[in-house]
Amino acid sequence: MKLGSPVHLRGFATWSGTFLLMGVICLPGIWVMISAIRPTREILARPPIWWPEDPSWANFARIFGLGDTLVGIPVHTYFWNSLVVSLTSTIVALVIGMAGGYAFARYRFRFKNAWFLGLMLFRAVPGIALSLPLFILWSWFGLIDTPLGLILVYVALNVPFTIWLTDGFFRLVPPSLSEAAQMDGCTPWQAFWKIEFPLARPGIAAAGIFAFLTSWNEFALASHLTRSTDSKTLPVGLMDFTAQFTIDWAGMCAMAVIIIVPTLILTFFVQKHLISGLTLGAMKG
Amino acid sequence: MSPSTDQENLPAVTRLFRRHHSALTPLLLLSPALLILLFVIALPMAFSLYASFTPYRMTRPDSIETFIGLRNYIRLIGNDDFWAAFLRTLLFLAIALNLELILGLGIALLIDRVTLGQRLLRTIMMFPMMFSPILVGFQFKFIFNDNIGVVNNALQFLGLADQAIPWLVDGTLAMGAILFAEIWMSTSVFAIVLLAGLFAMPRDPLEAAKVDGCTPWQSFRHVTLPFLLPFAYIAMTIRSLDVARAYDIVAIMTDGGPAGRTELLWTLIARVGFDNARMGEANAMAFMASLLSILFTWFLFTRLLAARRTMGGVE
Repeated sequence: MKLGSPVHLRGFATWSGTFLLMGVICLPGIWVMISAIRPTREILARPPIWWPEDPSWANFARIFGLGDTLVGIPVHTYFWNSLVVSLTSTIVALVIGMAGGYAFARYRFRFKNAWFLGLMLFRAVPGIALSLPLFILWSWFGLIDTPLGLILVYVALNVPFTIWLTDGFFRLVPPSLSEAAQMDGCTPWQAFWKIEFPLARPGIAAAGIFAFLTSWNEFALASHLTRSTDSKTLPVGLMDFTAQFTIDWAGMCAMAVIIIVPTLILTFFVQKHLISGLTLGAMKG
Repeated sequence: MSPSTDQENLPAVTRLFRRHHSALTPLLLLSPALLILLFVIALPMAFSLYASFTPYRMTRPDSIETFIGLRNYIRLIGNDDFWAAFLRTLLFLAIALNLELILGLGIALLIDRVTLGQRLLRTIMMFPMMFSPILVGFQFKFIFNDNIGVVNNALQFLGLADQAIPWLVDGTLAMGAILFAEIWMSTSVFAIVLLAGLFAMPRDPLEAAKVDGCTPWQSFRHVTLPFLLPFAYIAMTIRSLDVARAYDIVAIMTDGGPAGRTELLWTLIARVGFDNARMGEANAMAFMASLLSILFTWFLFTRLLAARRTMGGVE
């Protein structure tokens, strides 16, 4: 390799190539977002219209039942259900998982690795396989088509991963800090909330957002454990558009944007912690 | 690590309390997690195993009490649909996971070399990971639609195809489209974890390899790759926990069609159990699918531990 321009040129080629590649990878998602702001007429147009000529928020207004077009799909109810189910299950999973993660990070006990592995294996059961017995049991317990039924399921789905992540973050907080606080007269409970929790907070936030996303996006179980507006979530509601005689592409694209935007915003804030949580937690098990 | 490193400085009572305390505390802390997992996952799994020994149909509720032993399992052995879906699922996973690993490694290596705007690249990289599988399925159903899909529009516009290609109507093409969707969604998991591995890698061994006259390929093969191995296992393990998410993609893109050509084990379970209401048989399949998933994850976890041990990592 010689000095000067060839090296720079190659560096520039790598740089622009990488950006181009990542842009192309994002294209399918961006295409759906673009289609969400164009009328159905434009989506079905022949020859195709590449760039929206008549962009508007009409699709969003329409699926939320605003304006004069009637839509038989109660998107706002699905949105509310998704929010309630995801938030509640996240908070509960976080409390339960944090306790478990703390136990793994701070205490020595017998068969610790086996316990950890065992807990993770609960998460490996495919959602659809779990949905069969859950469907029968939940209908006996009266939990079918209730938010509580879904919340219980999502807490169980999220607990193993929350343990994995919080374990990694509690390990990063030196135990001596909590010990010092206890010497100074704090109870272990106080020492945890005043010292260890604040220090591990970025990681705990990442675990919480990960749990929220899992619940927000889940479909296999929700589609079989919910039936009506009482508990149907957004991903299940998305299928309503295809169940009709013709597919409402514009409506589905708008609904897709409604589902994806909260997740994009949330992940943007915790991406760094999420990555370090996954790798640290797994490296120093 | 135990919370008491300099115990000798503490009064005897505290020491005694601590010793007794720390034996029970982890169990206490873990008990809520255990309870919820037992109630929502272990109990239904046990029930699923029981139901797989009955001819249970939801239309005849009392059939849950009839015990027919292994008949459902024996019937599965002779069931061609089941074996077709089973083998298709294995092939699907083998192709998807390998391609995701290779592509993810490629993306991670590319991004690692870029210094200007790397943060932005990392954010963009996470974009597909944020999509729920059901959205990924819908998105590619929209894009691969033979009449209005942007892929066919673009191919015809560029003159690469003179008529619409039936992406989701032809069995082989549909399987390809589903694989594409799956790989699009999950490659970033590998890229993210492997990139974190590249960041964590000490630079000295690479410098040493260069000084010793290694070619870039040699130092990649013998220095970078071994270091990345545990990270590859982490990514694989994370993926193994949710491989069944492909159910969502298939459910919306083709729902197993055309003529069962894209039927995976998971869509077959849903079809037999919910659409045909043959719960006993479906539970037999579901129980086997769960066992396979658990074994796969267990295998990867033990490999992860072994890889860490050869790395001389902290145990």
